[in-house]
Amino acid sequence: MGIDLTLGLATGIAFGFLLQKGRVLRFGKQVGAMLFKDMTIFKFMLSAIVVGMFGILILADQGIITQSHKAMNVGALVVGGSLFGIGWAVMGFCPGTAVGAIGEGRWHAAFGIIGMVIGAAIYAQFYPFLKSTVLSWADFGKISLPQVFGVSPWVVAIGFTVITAVMFRLFEKKGL
Amino acid sequence: MEQKESKGWSPYLAGALVGVLAIISVYLTTVLLGKSMYLGASTTFVRAAGMLIGSLDPTYVADNTYYVKEKVIIDWQFMMIIGIFIGAFIASKMDGSFKLESVPPEWEARFGGSVTKRAIAAILGGIVMMIGARMADGCPSGHGLSGMMQMSVSSYVALAFFFGVGALVANIIYRKK
Repeated sequence: MGIDLTLGLATGIAFGFLLQKGRVLRFGKQVGAMLFKDMTIFKFMLSAIVVGMFGILILADQGIITQSHKAMNVGALVVGGSLFGIGWAVMGFCPGTAVGAIGEGRWHAAFGIIGMVIGAAIYAQFYPFLKSTVLSWADFGKISLPQVFGVSPWVVAIGFTVITAVMFRLFEKKGL
Repeated sequence: MEQKESKGWSPYLAGALVGVLAIISVYLTTVLLGKSMYLGASTTFVRAAGMLIGSLDPTYVADNTYYVKEKVIIDWQFMMIIGIFIGAFIASKMDGSFKLESVPPEWEARFGGSVTKRAIAAILGGIVMMIGARMADGCPSGHGLSGMMQMSVSSYVALAFFFGVGALVANIIYRKK
């Protein structure tokens, strides 16, 4: 196995371990957040984002890594994002957590995985059509928040951290 | 008597460690592979679909623009997805939270214990979700974690739709009247 595959596997094992320890690989946690009853997945995700944001900012600032933004394609994000939301609510897992859920014995997540593979095949079949329709409506390209607001990325990072801290306080106060 | 399940780690701690993992991962992939790689999951399902269909009809996959664009190979991310399964298995076996479950308990409370019913819903949900993920070019890992960490505008919009529409639909289907 090459270095890229070994690195991927090792990263995944650590990722899966932490997802399981954070107890986010559960149908009840994911649907619980959508029903505003249990904010575990938000606590987990926002903590990861805040920590990762500063680390990536420092590494990118030093020119060590390159950033990789996805395009701000309005049709793709509105239509695709909405379809994702519908499917997520019904299935109760997102793609990565479905795989982890099977790892902790919740084998019913395999049904969702079968569906996702079929969904990927359907998307590939209709990709040329989508490319000339939904995906071509309005594409603002690979833009970042600091660019849009015209501020330093450090300002965005600190602002994001403050908002996250306020949200965490609210979750704890309401016992979510 | 049934043993009480251990509660795991604080989601703040486990999440923060995922942030550390994301930093280490992007650093190591840049240094060792020459390309900065970010955590993500949904492209792997395209590759899996391409492999399955390709085993039946290789020319279909070779001629399809999307499979050509995404490349049907076992790559870094594909192995990461396999790793997620292994990591979750190890963690759950270590603290005794591993549990074979055929229907999610919260689903059962609303729709009953039928595995068939759950399977049909989950398969349909998975289909719709993956079409959406590929269209939006990411999932809660690629957009939610990696994109939001990098302050990509698209990722904040994506998450707003993922979760906003998800919350709307969940409240329609799971709320008891």
